[in-house]
Amino acid sequence: MPLESRHLLGLQGMSQPDIQLILDTAISFREVLERPIKKVPPLQGKTIANMFFENSTRTRFSFELAERRLSADVLGFQASGTSVAKGETLKDTARNIEAMKVDMVVMRHSASGAPHYLSQVINANVINAGDGSHEHPTQALLDMYTIREKLGKLDGLHVCIVGDIAHSRVARSNIYGLKTMGAKVSVCGPATLMPRGIEKLGVDVYHHIDDIIPHVDVLNVLRIQLERDAGRLFPTIREFHNYYGITRQRLERSPKPITIMHPGPINRDVEISADVADSEHSVILQQVLNGVAIRMAVLYLLATRN
Amino acid sequence: MRKLKAKIMDAVGLERTLTRLSHEIIEKNKGAGNLVIVGIKTRGAIIAQRITKRIEEIEQTKLNIGLLDITLYRDDLLGKLEQPEFKGTDIIFSIAGKDVILVDDVLFTGRTIRAALDELIDLGRPNTIQLAVLIDRGHRQLPVKADFVGKNVPTSIDESIRVHLKETDGHDEVLLMHPETQA
Repeated sequence: MPLESRHLLGLQGMSQPDIQLILDTAISFREVLERPIKKVPPLQGKTIANMFFENSTRTRFSFELAERRLSADVLGFQASGTSVAKGETLKDTARNIEAMKVDMVVMRHSASGAPHYLSQVINANVINAGDGSHEHPTQALLDMYTIREKLGKLDGLHVCIVGDIAHSRVARSNIYGLKTMGAKVSVCGPATLMPRGIEKLGVDVYHHIDDIIPHVDVLNVLRIQLERDAGRLFPTIREFHNYYGITRQRLERSPKPITIMHPGPINRDVEISADVADSEHSVILQQVLNGVAIRMAVLYLLATRN
Repeated sequence: MRKLKAKIMDAVGLERTLTRLSHEIIEKNKGAGNLVIVGIKTRGAIIAQRITKRIEEIEQTKLNIGLLDITLYRDDLLGKLEQPEFKGTDIIFSIAGKDVILVDDVLFTGRTIRAALDELIDLGRPNTIQLAVLIDRGHRQLPVKADFVGKNVPTSIDESIRVHLKETDGHDEVLLMHPETQA
């Protein structure tokens, strides 16, 4: 069964079989990444434009690598130094790129909903690589893949997302995806970093990290986005670390080992202590590797959907 | 609906054919010392497992066996109406320098074998690749020839061959089916 949609805009409303299909297909692509020649030909002749209107290193590299490993032709830009800086509208930029016969567009944009708009004005398949504080579907898919790889399932697990929930597209996509796959999701952070009405998404809200740690299987620790003014929403970084930082002492109070995740880049000793980030229960680098396999699966499933 | 035209092999016949193929493979390669077996998913993989077991018994040795999913190497991947499922290749050993016995159930157009050859060569540089098939039904669209053939079955282009195996279908047999009728 092919995916329901010809775009990947978000995990809100994505069906359980579709998420399952992407996760299962990614297992097969993980094997390709272990080969001596890590390149396979299914997207030969397809052209993919990576339109990053917001800076990104990890996600852009990950997409580009996934595209190249599937033998697609790849174009890419970051917002600075292109016609965007000259005042061109999103629609015009996209239409011009499409006029060059591009088959798929991977887009990151600071405006929530930008990829949805784009999918209505161009014919190429659109993949959301992060839109504002809305969704980041491939990150949540790779997070779910990594949890399933480590713990063998998603159904019935308890995942707590910690930190800056309000600014986080990663949190939102994870909540939608994990709930669909049968996991229990909690969020934890200071009230100033908690969006109003978040409990309507079916999550439990905690403000004290020590209350939730004994009950969870996975902690997904979000980055404090200092560049997005988050620094004004709590008194000091040190105070944030004291109240919400994930440290070895805190984790030792849990009766069972907790899997530690982080979408990166890490602020060491702010949201997570260095020893926890490097510990045996941390799957942070597996997340990065699995990200390439997940993106290969998404690109493959959209390109061959016909 | 397709109607049965002829039963080409029954369970006993299929066993004997696989035994003969195994002996031929050993004879041609003067033993099994440098052999690895690679089956093409799904039914080629099962036949590969059975051949491997026989060669191991005859030669009193252990062989590496791998399973190949050629989906990513298909030449019709971007034009097909139905999306092919990619279940993944499983070859955990190096094929470099080895004599690879590539195994499939039915040899028809040769396109699957072309895809398998491309994928194998991306995985390493084997000494030889030899093709073993249970049934060769003709109608090649590419210059491909099998080294070991269970049975040559002349067919018309719109007939079809069904290979049923215990592991996937509950019983062993090979059937030749009439062309599809518009009913």
